Amino acid sequence: MPRAFSPKIVTANALLEGDVVYLTEDDRWSRHMGEAEFIEDEAHAAIRLLTAEQQGGTVVGAYLADAKAGPDGPEPVHFRESFRARGPSNYRHGKQADFA
Amino acid sequence: MYRYDDFDTAFLAERNAQFRAQVERRIAGNLTEDEFKPLRLMNGLYLQLHAYMLRVAIPYGSLDSRKMRKLADLADRWDKGYGHFTTRQNIQYNWPKLKDVPDMLDALAEVGMHAIQTSGNTIRNVTSDHFAGASADEIADPRPYAELIRQWSTDHPEFQFLPRKFKIAITGAPNDRAVVKAHDIGLRMVEKDGKPGFEVIVGGGLGRTPMVGQVIREFVPVTDLLPYLEAIVHVYNRHGRRDNKYKARIKITVHENGLDTIRAEVEEAFLRTRGEFTGVDERVMARIDSQFVTPDFVDGGAEAYDIARADPVFRSWADTNLSEHKHPDYAIVTISLKAHGKTPGDATAEQMRVMADLAETYGHDELRISHQQNVILPHVRKGHLAQVHAELMKAGLGTANIGLASDIIACPGMDYCALATARAIPVAQQIAERVEALRIEHEVGPLQIKISGCINACGHHHVGHIGILGLDRGGVETYQITLGGDATETAEIGQRTGPGFSYEEIVPAIERLMLAYLEHRADENETFLEAYRRLGAAPFKEALYGPEKTRHAA
Repeated sequence: MPRAFSPKIVTANALLEGDVVYLTEDDRWSRHMGEAEFIEDEAHAAIRLLTAEQQGGTVVGAYLADAKAGPDGPEPVHFRESFRARGPSNYRHGKQADFA
Repeated sequence: MYRYDDFDTAFLAERNAQFRAQVERRIAGNLTEDEFKPLRLMNGLYLQLHAYMLRVAIPYGSLDSRKMRKLADLADRWDKGYGHFTTRQNIQYNWPKLKDVPDMLDALAEVGMHAIQTSGNTIRNVTSDHFAGASADEIADPRPYAELIRQWSTDHPEFQFLPRKFKIAITGAPNDRAVVKAHDIGLRMVEKDGKPGFEVIVGGGLGRTPMVGQVIREFVPVTDLLPYLEAIVHVYNRHGRRDNKYKARIKITVHENGLDTIRAEVEEAFLRTRGEFTGVDERVMARIDSQFVTPDFVDGGAEAYDIARADPVFRSWADTNLSEHKHPDYAIVTISLKAHGKTPGDATAEQMRVMADLAETYGHDELRISHQQNVILPHVRKGHLAQVHAELMKAGLGTANIGLASDIIACPGMDYCALATARAIPVAQQIAERVEALRIEHEVGPLQIKISGCINACGHHHVGHIGILGLDRGGVETYQITLGGDATETAEIGQRTGPGFSYEEIVPAIERLMLAYLEHRADENETFLEAYRRLGAAPFKEALYGPEKTRHAA
């Protein structure tokens, strides 16, 4: 039996600022993970990644990351994505400061 | 200190103009990321977890006040008001914006600095003893030779696309403070028949396959240094494996082919390269030498230091942060960038300016960055130490912990680095806070804790007395401990103790190791490393994992 598909989001870094961005359902790049499109279908995930990869003039290094559904939209599964969504732990810099 | 000549200045201006145009083309959409990435990496620009990162070379870790102030200006103007000094004696800015980087590079060029070859498969920034030119134990100042190597290796046409990155370290002293045995090439100055030369060590390195370098030639006269280096890198360039990134470093080339085979090929290549260097390097060397002038040391004044030692705070700092200078009335000051609970290696722009001012006023205008992520004032009159200490205290730079448990090396780890598998910085912060709370680090004495947030070992964990390696084990941060590593002339790779510890468990585990050492040491003169070598791992493993039989029962 094929392994169950774990839900995904598409994420990347912005070309100009380098900060973490997420692909939304309406084809925007959001700074908030909660606004990311929550993708539960494997074929759709592949298409959304292709869409992201075509936007090399806006973002760099797009990839699919595991996510889970939360009350305010998608949430990270792996700790790496938690850090990307928050910022470093030694200073209040990055997203945790930008959206405080 | 070496000052750029017209050639250096023109070269740098041209490179910066090229990169500015490349950035403009990337932003305009005329270069893809695949095309742009190698170009930005050639200029030290990485894309990390949260932002771009610019890695600026500090050749052999040497700076003057003008350069340090420029680094501060960059931190203020284009970053978040601080910079991170690294184990490669470089500085990294964690938050630059792509469009600003050409301006940052132009600003650096004003003081003869750049980010060239701080990335990519090239010869990287040559590193050196941070006490070079000042320490009492050195044969000669290695920095003129380091500068010669810098000039030879920068934009060297044959060595721009090596199988993998290539790191050279050089020391002029028998006591190795530059970890030369853990570099692709390590150079150790020695004398033969009264003439200076180098013992050449090859194939050392940390990372996923840690190896201590081996001597490929016991003596290379200083006049043959460049042709001999060129012969080694030439042989590596030919044989280094390009099929497998993890087997591409020269340590694997030496390991797979055998040292004797590599040596024979290097000697053969050396016959040719020796003829090709028709004395140009010796003329360049003479010009470089004339720029590394020994400061005019002023005799006397040491009495003030003896008087100042009556103050216990000053005395504590003096006991840990000062080293013997070759002039009896001077001392080498190590400024700790390891205040308890702060990020190892970070300095604010304001702190950089304070250090620049101190170097200018009291330190013959010289500063060094150590691979241990601290800053050195190499030449301070003993009579000025009390003033220097007072100024450092005001700036939050007066921590008395050099060589102690809280003087921790930590790579950026997963708080910044895209390659990391776990965090390193907060582990270092918490260990330092814990030893401060327990007030045990002066009792524990010399102890080097080194933390890497991935197998690539930027945090030198293999050569830490206690090494900590952060890994991702099934989506959980896990920390492996190694013991008995040694970063000096008696270099050794530490041994793994056993199963790893979680993020919550690692700090208490390190505390248990320190307490076990205090319990088992022969007397207070026996250091942690000496105790480990005498006792072996058993008592430390017991401290980590409990008694043997409990472990088997579990």
